Amino acid sequence: MDSRDIVVTVNGIRHEATVKTRVTLADFLRHQLELTGTHLGCEHGVCGACTVLVDGRTARSCLMLAVQAHGHEIRTVEGIAPNAKELHPLQTAFQKHHGLQCGFCTPGMLTTLIEFLHDNPDPTEAEVRIAISGNLCRCTGYQGIVDAALDAAKTMRNST
Amino acid sequence: MLETFKTVGKPIAHDSAAKQVAGEALYIDDIRAPEGTLHAYCVLSRKAHARIVSIDLAAARAYPGVGAAISAADIPGKNEVGPIYKGEPFLAQGIVEYIGQPVVAIAASSIKIARAAAKLVRIVYEDLPPVLTIEEALAKEFYLAKPYQMKIGDAAAALAAAPHRLKGTFANGAQDHFYLEGQIALAVPQEGGEMAIWSSTQHPTEVQKMVAGALDLPANAVTCELRRMGGGFGGKETQPAIIACIAAVLAYTAKRPVKYRVDRDDDFMMTGKRHDFLVRYEVGYDDDGRLLALDISFAARGGHVADLTTSIVDRALFHTTNCYFVPHVTATGYACKTHTQSNTAFRGFGGPQGMLAAEHVVDRVARRLGKDPLALRQLNFFGQAPRDVTHYGQRVEDFVADKIVAELAADVGYAERRRAIDAFNASSPVLKKGLALTPVMFGVSFTAIQFNQAGALVHVYTDGSIALNHAGTEMGQGLHTKICQIVADEFAVPLETVRIAATNTGKVPNTSATAASAGSDLNGKAAQAAARTIKARIAQYLAGAAGLPESEVLFAGGQVQVGATSLPFKDAVQKAYNARIQLSATGFYRTPKIHFDRATAKGRPYYYFAYGAAYVEATIDTLTGEYAFDRAELLHDAGRSLNPAIDLGQVEGGFVQGMGWLTTEEIWFDASGRLRTHAPSTYKIPIARDLPRQFRARLWAAGENREESIHRSKAVGEPPLMLGNAAFFALQDAVAAAVPGREALLVAPATPERVLMTIAAAAP
Repeated sequence: MDSRDIVVTVNGIRHEATVKTRVTLADFLRHQLELTGTHLGCEHGVCGACTVLVDGRTARSCLMLAVQAHGHEIRTVEGIAPNAKELHPLQTAFQKHHGLQCGFCTPGMLTTLIEFLHDNPDPTEAEVRIAISGNLCRCTGYQGIVDAALDAAKTMRNST
Repeated sequence: MLETFKTVGKPIAHDSAAKQVAGEALYIDDIRAPEGTLHAYCVLSRKAHARIVSIDLAAARAYPGVGAAISAADIPGKNEVGPIYKGEPFLAQGIVEYIGQPVVAIAASSIKIARAAAKLVRIVYEDLPPVLTIEEALAKEFYLAKPYQMKIGDAAAALAAAPHRLKGTFANGAQDHFYLEGQIALAVPQEGGEMAIWSSTQHPTEVQKMVAGALDLPANAVTCELRRMGGGFGGKETQPAIIACIAAVLAYTAKRPVKYRVDRDDDFMMTGKRHDFLVRYEVGYDDDGRLLALDISFAARGGHVADLTTSIVDRALFHTTNCYFVPHVTATGYACKTHTQSNTAFRGFGGPQGMLAAEHVVDRVARRLGKDPLALRQLNFFGQAPRDVTHYGQRVEDFVADKIVAELAADVGYAERRRAIDAFNASSPVLKKGLALTPVMFGVSFTAIQFNQAGALVHVYTDGSIALNHAGTEMGQGLHTKICQIVADEFAVPLETVRIAATNTGKVPNTSATAASAGSDLNGKAAQAAARTIKARIAQYLAGAAGLPESEVLFAGGQVQVGATSLPFKDAVQKAYNARIQLSATGFYRTPKIHFDRATAKGRPYYYFAYGAAYVEATIDTLTGEYAFDRAELLHDAGRSLNPAIDLGQVEGGFVQGMGWLTTEEIWFDASGRLRTHAPSTYKIPIARDLPRQFRARLWAAGENREESIHRSKAVGEPPLMLGNAAFFALQDAVAAAVPGREALLVAPATPERVLMTIAAAAP
């Protein structure tokens, strides 16, 4: 079978779609749903730029097929802000701590850190470094990203 | 008191940051392509050197969904992307000269179809012998251009007279840019045969020019635009013209828009990297370690065509003594031709290779004399006349490396750390520690003088909002943010009043590449000039209307003060408009003072120098070669920083990128000339876990440009990359400690394997 019908929730919105069986989740998000915030950096699962959340767990959308997302809940960078007026604490912290330059790795960094801070709300600097070691950034030298993550963790702890 | 709105000098967030964290920032691949856009894919050469006997495209062209399949024969205009020299094709012409060279390009309704059609292309080759290494090219005198030399004094005579002499070879590896966003271009045919290109490029004007040539059009029929790149680092200075020309010729042939998004593996295989160099030298010095003479040669792997290689080799020669005064220097550069990817610009542009060799020489001399390398570095610094002349004749008028190094050495407690690490090593048989503190002195300006110019275009609208265009491109370095700060400050309006538009060759023409760290120096001044022109017109009108001298008109705090009265900026603009005052202006800047005569290799190629220093500690495992960096402390001179947050990001990111070049990043070819490290799975750039355990970067508080640069700032794009040298020499120090009394010289990159082998080779 070349195509299949899938039902997938993306950023809280239910989508019924017909997808080619060999289409990756990344291409489905970018081309069919026009959610271009998810970036493709290497297309073989190493750089981490395409990381999205599948039922809250990180997944490389370049290594996952769209059909595998059937029945699951996907969150992309476009869906991490709590509402249209507010940003997620990580989004705020990335701006404040200059956790980005070219911005291409940023969506994957954010989704990776959302999962990580959920699992470990009070991490050490060393733990943050390990958490993002599956995501490549060529611009920042990572320090701004690490600082942003630590600051966001603090904000999130204080708000709960 | 009025709010000042002044932002120059403040840590303003990157102008795209809000969009980037929300996934709203658009890169070329995110722009909604027109209906019917075709997708491109290239057949790459599988031969390092071969004659093309025949190309059969019939089956590919007949494949359903294919809109165009082209080889060099189908190009309507010139098959040319050479930035300096002619004869550099974007599709192989008659011969292939490296594994990965584009031979055939296909555009189809999907990338899958384009790939399938590519498999049907039949190319018959006749093998020719390849030249694959620098050594081979040197032996055959196989060069891309004539060898070039810079000289001062008489190195041969001074070497003969020197109390000590040391001969050696040194090498550095290549480096892939690994911009996270790969090469990409979108070509959209327009009416009347015109072509619009969206390209991820640092050099839109070159894309425009090369595409025009390829389509046999005048430059005014082609526009190139981009809002931002997902990283460039020099890899998008000349290489995007290849991608854009292929997309444009496909679009021309298919009469449809074509997007060419190169996948990561193909990007590695097709495009050039930082040049690896083979360095041979002889140095003469006295008992104290004072350098007396240096005869040094740099041989670069240029690849199959010249691209920018000759200028890059020049910059290696310019930086071959780094911060050090050497009275007699002969420095010779060889741009070797090899049947590999054509190496290209990469942050530092040959400077890092020259500087690394200088540091190797100084470090080695220190170890030979049993002296501390830092003391030897300080002993040899440029100083007062006559110790202030470089081998290319420029006087060093702004030397501050001595101050920066002294401050950093005091900060980290260098002498104490030296003792502590020596004590550790004395009692640790397997793990060995090392440290290094190395300086950076980087010349700022394009050494091709004509490129040191920039333009800008500023519009003020009647609602008081300001639109800004300039010649520079944004690749993440924060250039647009800085230029907005400069323009907002000129008009004394809030930063949000100024909106920067995409870089477009139709708005600002004849631009130079955003390169040589010169982006804010050149474009900042051009944008400032444009803003000042408009301000002067408004001031002249308002003063005249009020019967006051122009000096009575002041722009401050979002207001325009005319004598004793004050009106909001937008009201002043509206008044000027009503009086038919032109509210749009161009600005232009050319760097003063600089000149260089390549025939005599003498002049003042650099407007000023940027300085910095880095201190790094490393621990190596002498049984495995594995290592970790325990600490890095960086101190960098950004002059009076335009934006300390952005500049600090350049310092941290530059250091880590330089560290990667010299440690884990290894470009490796097999015996057939095939690049085997062609993706992040096989090519390792630094990850967060590779960072020094303790990592701190600071801008030098006393920094100020003595030249009249934009707000007395200093360029900061490339210089911090060379702070990474300290990581390499910290490893060298640890390796030396592993084999006391013996010479164990690292070459770059110092991968764990190489650390282990270097120790093993020197061990008793």
